[in-house]
Amino acid sequence: MISKSSLRSTGNRVAIAFALFLVSSALSFGQTAPTVYVNPRSGSDDPRVGLKGGLYDAGQAASGLELVTTTPKPGIFAPDLAAIAAANAAPVPPPPAPGAPRGTGPRGPSYGGTNSDLAFAGKYLFSGNYMGINFYDISDPAKIKLVTSLVCPGGQGDVSIYGHLLFMSVEAANGRLDCGTQGLPLAPDQAPPPSDPLANTVPTVAGTPPVRAPRPPDPASADRIKGVRIFDITNIANPKQIVDVQTCRGSHTHTLLVDPKDKDNVYIYVSGSAPVRLAEELGGCSGGDPSNDPNTALFTVVVIKVPLAHPELAKVVNSPRIFSDPQTGDANGLWKGGNHGDGTQTTSATRGCHDITVFSSMGLAAGACSGNGILLDISDPVHPKRLDAVSDPNYAFWHSANFANDGKSVLFTDEWGGGGQPRCRDSDPMNWGADAIFKLKDGKLTLASYYKMPAPQSEFENCVAHNGSLIPVPGRNLLVQSWYQGGISVMDFTDPTHPFEIAFFDRGPIGVGGRRAGGGQWSSYWYNGYIFGSEMARGIDVLKLLPSKYLTQNEIDAASQVHLAELNVQNQPKIIWPENFVTARAYMDQLIRSNALTPEKVSALNAAMYKKKTKQLKALAVSLDKDAATCTPEDADRIHALAKILAKS
Amino acid sequence: MFVHNITTLALRLLKAAKLPRYLTAVVMLFYLSTTATVGQSTQAATGGVVVVQPGAPGQSNKTLPSTNTTPPLGTPSDADIAFMRGMIMHHWQAVEMTALMGSRSHNQDLLALGKRISISQTDEMGFMKRWLSDRGIPLSDSADMDHMEGMAGMEHMKSMPMMPGMLTPQQMHALKEATSEQFDHLFLVGMIQHHTGALSMVKQLLDTPGACQDPILFDFTSDVDNTQQAEIDIMRHMLSKEKQ
Repeated sequence: MISKSSLRSTGNRVAIAFALFLVSSALSFGQTAPTVYVNPRSGSDDPRVGLKGGLYDAGQAASGLELVTTTPKPGIFAPDLAAIAAANAAPVPPPPAPGAPRGTGPRGPSYGGTNSDLAFAGKYLFSGNYMGINFYDISDPAKIKLVTSLVCPGGQGDVSIYGHLLFMSVEAANGRLDCGTQGLPLAPDQAPPPSDPLANTVPTVAGTPPVRAPRPPDPASADRIKGVRIFDITNIANPKQIVDVQTCRGSHTHTLLVDPKDKDNVYIYVSGSAPVRLAEELGGCSGGDPSNDPNTALFTVVVIKVPLAHPELAKVVNSPRIFSDPQTGDANGLWKGGNHGDGTQTTSATRGCHDITVFSSMGLAAGACSGNGILLDISDPVHPKRLDAVSDPNYAFWHSANFANDGKSVLFTDEWGGGGQPRCRDSDPMNWGADAIFKLKDGKLTLASYYKMPAPQSEFENCVAHNGSLIPVPGRNLLVQSWYQGGISVMDFTDPTHPFEIAFFDRGPIGVGGRRAGGGQWSSYWYNGYIFGSEMARGIDVLKLLPSKYLTQNEIDAASQVHLAELNVQNQPKIIWPENFVTARAYMDQLIRSNALTPEKVSALNAAMYKKKTKQLKALAVSLDKDAATCTPEDADRIHALAKILAKS
Repeated sequence: MFVHNITTLALRLLKAAKLPRYLTAVVMLFYLSTTATVGQSTQAATGGVVVVQPGAPGQSNKTLPSTNTTPPLGTPSDADIAFMRGMIMHHWQAVEMTALMGSRSHNQDLLALGKRISISQTDEMGFMKRWLSDRGIPLSDSADMDHMEGMAGMEHMKSMPMMPGMLTPQQMHALKEATSEQFDHLFLVGMIQHHTGALSMVKQLLDTPGACQDPILFDFTSDVDNTQQAEIDIMRHMLSKEKQ
């Protein structure tokens, strides 16, 4: 369970024993699950409850956040407004009667290509979509402008940007090398599969799954892409597809990794979840059980190396066995259930990661991988090594991860239901489909709490934990996070044992009058002073933080001075704040909020800062450092950071 | 639209100039040969939106009209329809199995897992039915709905063939008769068998030529695969603890 390298690094027997205890307790949910803090659900008086539905005219509720603008999806990506209006005007049709001819009667309207993940570079926002990518000029966040629509289906269209290179994930069954929208449907000369699901099922004796007659395999297609597309966007109005890096299981998500020691290449970690492709289509692909197929595309992730001088030569350079047992070398080292009788052996195990977040400044990555949260040492990017693996009974599906900026905690999400289901109802437990926050120390993860967007949502709103990013307020760990149709929730996990919400934005359901429509926030990321939301059906939302009792203008100003030239959230940047009075005032507000500073000291500080009295400030810095001894660890950190700024003034 | 209007205007001007007809044609040919590029660069220069469909690597791009609208929901393949219909039935049995737990199991972890499975599969049945309805596909091609309604009572299932992994009537009977640890064991073994069948249904669908072109369906199958694989892991782990 623990890699050899971590055993070496821990050094003494006590540490090893403790580490073993942690892992065994994390995995031993068969007996007693650990009891940890879960934030409470809010009451029916929460303004997010009972909002009016609608695509563009839904009711809104917000606190501590202001919607600046919404830009609907353009052209071929857009919802079919006429069909939606017609459907809404008519009574909800009954389902087609049994035996009715297929494809007759009223159909549900299309809400267009689904918006997915976001990437940022300079003044541009790249908005991934199942149909392609939209490039927006966000120089004026109040008036963002569509510049280029790149049509290229393949789902889910996760995007990353590095310089003039734009990367896109493809895993769905309709992805074509030529970006065609026709997909890869059955050719007319191919026999259709049997229409009756039961026709080729052979009934069997009790205790064994029914056996099916084999079907013809999917003909290999030379037009198919499952993997990562790389575009050159030197000309923003005319992006060129320069290479498609094919992988055996496609790319559900991918993560850009920039190795500080390697100036010539960037790397892409590919998390694929599609079934393994036929060897006829992509040589070397096989999907057997690792016990008898050492080259199986299961139980691994894929590493692509992109030479910056020749990105067209990007290729797969490794498929590290990050789930393996370091003692036996078994590729399936984390969930060895053993044989428990007839029918319990699974032969189609599809273990892999859903998403990986790299935090290169610490040389670490956090992988949300099927039944596990995994911590990886990525100091050698091509050969990531597992440091720790945790599991949790409340987590069926580990989805994504964010590190705290100080690296002392990691937040994982559970996308229970895959994002298409309503999992924020009053009846859904608060620790299911939630965030799980772990403390991180010495390469080990310990569960500290759960957080879920607290407002109960209707059964018409798909809702579960999804993508978010840190808001760079110094002295605090703040996350802005998407909850699909549960909206956007901003939460504070500075104390990983007690996360709490500090701001939110929500709309009513997209469907009206009991009609259901999928959508909601896919990603909500902070970028250079604003929050950009990728609403799957409604378009791009731009929001800004407002001061409240949980957040001051000084803290917002301190976050807004952090300027990134590029942002790929899964390639998590380490934030270093300028040591100036803007940053200092954020710390001061936090110390006032927690009563760690006396009012007298605050006025003395303010007066000295206002008049820039250097001598007084240096003296105050010395006295502050002494105060830190009696504070909470968080306040002590803030005081030291504040004193450091004052001493330098 | 822009090019068309200017072209009409140019023709009118040329007519007004009373040039010989052949000369008009020459002038127009020259004019039209330049407008395509002029039109595009004007659009880019004025901040217009470019809709580009990149070619495969090494191939040229296409420029699409920005007036293109979203296509309506596609027509599913036969395999897609068969999968969704079959999976509704498959899910139904999982919900039936979890409904037995309350009076038979005392294992809190197992009860919690059962609750999670019950919520998941109930929601997903609704999702699958809506997916079919939204595409104008009935739950059955047969007007005789006995086998769909029959899912409410397991007794009716004795006479019907089953989807992969579904428990036989004999297995369901044994589960109903069991209590406490014996129930827990049969439930775990049975649900692993059941979920394993769902994974094979997903694999079979995705191995079918032309299937699963609808990204909504593809996402759903990914979720079935991810969720049920993870639940199988948890259940196998529970079984291994049971033996200790």
